[in-house]
Amino acid sequence: MQPKLLEVGGVTKSFGGVAALSNGSFALERGSVHALCGGNGAGKSTLLSIIMGIQARDSGVIRRNGAEVNFRSPREALAAGISIIEQELSPVPAMSVAENIFLGREPLAGFGRIDFRSMNSMAQSLLDDLHFDIDARTLMMNLNVAKLQLVEIAKALSYDAEIIIMDEPTSALGEAEADQLFAAIRTLKRKGKGIIYVSHRLSEIFQIADTFTVFRDGAFVDSGSMANVSREQLIQMIVGRPLREEFVKTNTPGDETLLSVRGLNSTNHVRDVSFEVRRGEILAIFGLMGSGRSEIFERLFGLVEDRGGEVVLDGRKISVSSPAEAIRLGLAFVTEDRKGSGLVLSASVRDNICMAHLPFLGVGPVMSGRRESQSAREMIDRFRIKTASDRLEVAGLSGGNQQKVVLGKWFLTAPKVLLLDEPTRGVDVGAKREIYRVMSDFASAGGAVIMISSETDEVVGMADRAVVMRDGRVSGELSRTDLSADRLVHLAA
Amino acid sequence: MEAKQAVAPGTEGRGAGLKRRLAVYGQKYGILVALVLVCLVLAVVNEYFLTARNITNVLRQTSINGILAVGMTFVILTRGIDLSVGSVVALAGIVAASLATTSSTAGVAGGPYPALLAIAAGLSVGMACGAVSGIVVSRFAVPAFVATLGMLSAARGLTLLYGGGRPVPELTPGFRVIGTGEVAGIPVLVIIFAVVFLIAWWVLSATRFGRHVYAAGGNPHAAVVSGINVRRIRFLVYVISGGLAGLAGMMLAARTGSALPQAGIAYELDAIAAVVIGGTSLAGGVGRVTGTLIGALLISVVNNGLDLMGVESYYQQVIKGVLIVAAVMLDQARHRRE
Repeated sequence: MQPKLLEVGGVTKSFGGVAALSNGSFALERGSVHALCGGNGAGKSTLLSIIMGIQARDSGVIRRNGAEVNFRSPREALAAGISIIEQELSPVPAMSVAENIFLGREPLAGFGRIDFRSMNSMAQSLLDDLHFDIDARTLMMNLNVAKLQLVEIAKALSYDAEIIIMDEPTSALGEAEADQLFAAIRTLKRKGKGIIYVSHRLSEIFQIADTFTVFRDGAFVDSGSMANVSREQLIQMIVGRPLREEFVKTNTPGDETLLSVRGLNSTNHVRDVSFEVRRGEILAIFGLMGSGRSEIFERLFGLVEDRGGEVVLDGRKISVSSPAEAIRLGLAFVTEDRKGSGLVLSASVRDNICMAHLPFLGVGPVMSGRRESQSAREMIDRFRIKTASDRLEVAGLSGGNQQKVVLGKWFLTAPKVLLLDEPTRGVDVGAKREIYRVMSDFASAGGAVIMISSETDEVVGMADRAVVMRDGRVSGELSRTDLSADRLVHLAA
Repeated sequence: MEAKQAVAPGTEGRGAGLKRRLAVYGQKYGILVALVLVCLVLAVVNEYFLTARNITNVLRQTSINGILAVGMTFVILTRGIDLSVGSVVALAGIVAASLATTSSTAGVAGGPYPALLAIAAGLSVGMACGAVSGIVVSRFAVPAFVATLGMLSAARGLTLLYGGGRPVPELTPGFRVIGTGEVAGIPVLVIIFAVVFLIAWWVLSATRFGRHVYAAGGNPHAAVVSGINVRRIRFLVYVISGGLAGLAGMMLAARTGSALPQAGIAYELDAIAAVVIGGTSLAGGVGRVTGTLIGALLISVVNNGLDLMGVESYYQQVIKGVLIVAAVMLDQARHRRE
């Protein structure tokens, strides 16, 4: 029998007496994709950093092609043919694809000059070999995130990697771009490479993985073939308790229109967009990356210039020229990029929660510490945010809890309409469910939710109606009875 | 119950707990601890250090740099920098002095004017300089380093143009009160600094504007989405820094008895040093004006101590350089641990 590409058994690691990983085990076969599943804090990241030699393990065995190995640095792991593609890519934007692939080991001509000709041709043949439609001389800054991922894959293979670890590779991708990535992964499988795939998106795992291992609370739970496990079973293993429903939806749309948008235009790629949302309704906006989805929210929230269009909120025509005004009128905007525009990471949980409601938490220009802390406490309790104190830096919280802080910030402003841009991106299954519950409760209480999502499951599971965007325009609208993944993708493409 | 818990782990656990607690205090109050240690050492080494006269002297020396550093704290908290404060010190000083001098050649016709009028003029000049920098930074998105570097040069040029390159002597006694006066044995310089510090501390910790400053510096995108007018905040911090530089310039002129066109050269460096030593992050959003106070005091105490020990001033500059870098290195190490 051929030895396994990689075999990990009984790996343990603790930090200051707290076990982060008590039994890390899995095996990777040649020409296969192995999914590592688990919620935030399940120990996946710890295990990956141990495999890559970034952290030392306390005990356990790692075998590469049957031989025991012990990497002390990522360089050693790379030399042994193991390469990782991090969740946050770090390209050098002003350099070409070829320069990025051969960064630090550029082929040289005489006198230390870089031999651009052979570097470009080497890079190009690498890309062509993988059927990636990328010109090696393009600058990295001109590529979209999916293409950047593909370049990272090419780079990994240029090191003769046999094992490629992908950590949440689709977290910044739309569905069409994700398909590009999956095609590349299938090419890698045919070449006999092994892929360790980490993702919160279960539908992807079912689409691409051959085998799986589930971790929970730092321990091995189960492993097996994807063919022999159902979605429900997998969720149950990840969460550790039976989850009756993945989605929580108890709202029913009312008759009264709360927000109506007619012929909306913006400087940033929104063309003649019209839709309306009623009290008690969850409206989804579906579309590919770059279809103008987020731009609708930016326009509604006064972040970009008004270029025409009528917005009626609660029967009153409004013209929003700044976020402060949007907030005053009862809009709340949970942005797509939690770290980039959702939170001030260096500030405390309290300061983040209070940030959009400051005018109401003091007397004139003077803040009331008591009211701030009361409000923060209220939201921490309401959303069950796990933090030891409201004075702790929000940077120290898990992804799911950070997202709840953002929700708390907006719920404190008592909004009428909730604008959610990819609200469950990068949060684990358990936290996702809580976010769905919040959306549903908000709508049930008479609010309206507009949710941008690129996950068809989520749209089908949560939306009462969906507006599909293509090239900055509305390409179709589907009512709940007509909603299906096929139709959504069909209208978006 | 609590006492029992403390004793239960045994002496070893208690020692470790104490050590950890000390480490926490060290991290939180590292600069304060450094200041206290330096003061203790100086008190032992030099019997003159702890005299009322010397302490007053140190505080007086801290005042002008301290006021500049308070303004600089606001700017740095928003991810900015104000390199122009030294030049604004000179410009505001010379404009105010020209209104408050008895000299017929250097003064403005019809002078001397009342001290309050001169002070108002100096403050206005400082705030105007800050407003220009603020507009350039907030509206035209010019990096603060470049915008205020331009103001550094322009304000110095205006100073020379305004005074014809000559000093303005013979200031009125009324004006000189802000530099040389005393109330109950405390120099007016120190009182002004104390008031400025307390107001700044209150503004940053207790007002909405203060929250906005921290948010705008911590993550401007998130601040904008949260309804904060980040442009306005960016503009206002330069007005504050410019106004305080104007105040400091007048205090300097009043203290020395004449306004010099070359006053305040390189003052921005000491102000930035005090802010940085005080733990405020150049990346914005993190820091306290109390840290800046301690940073400014530490710089003065070290200077004073080296003076008392007869160390040559050239060495003092070297030591100050080491101090700045060491403080930031400690800060970085602390962040890595976290």
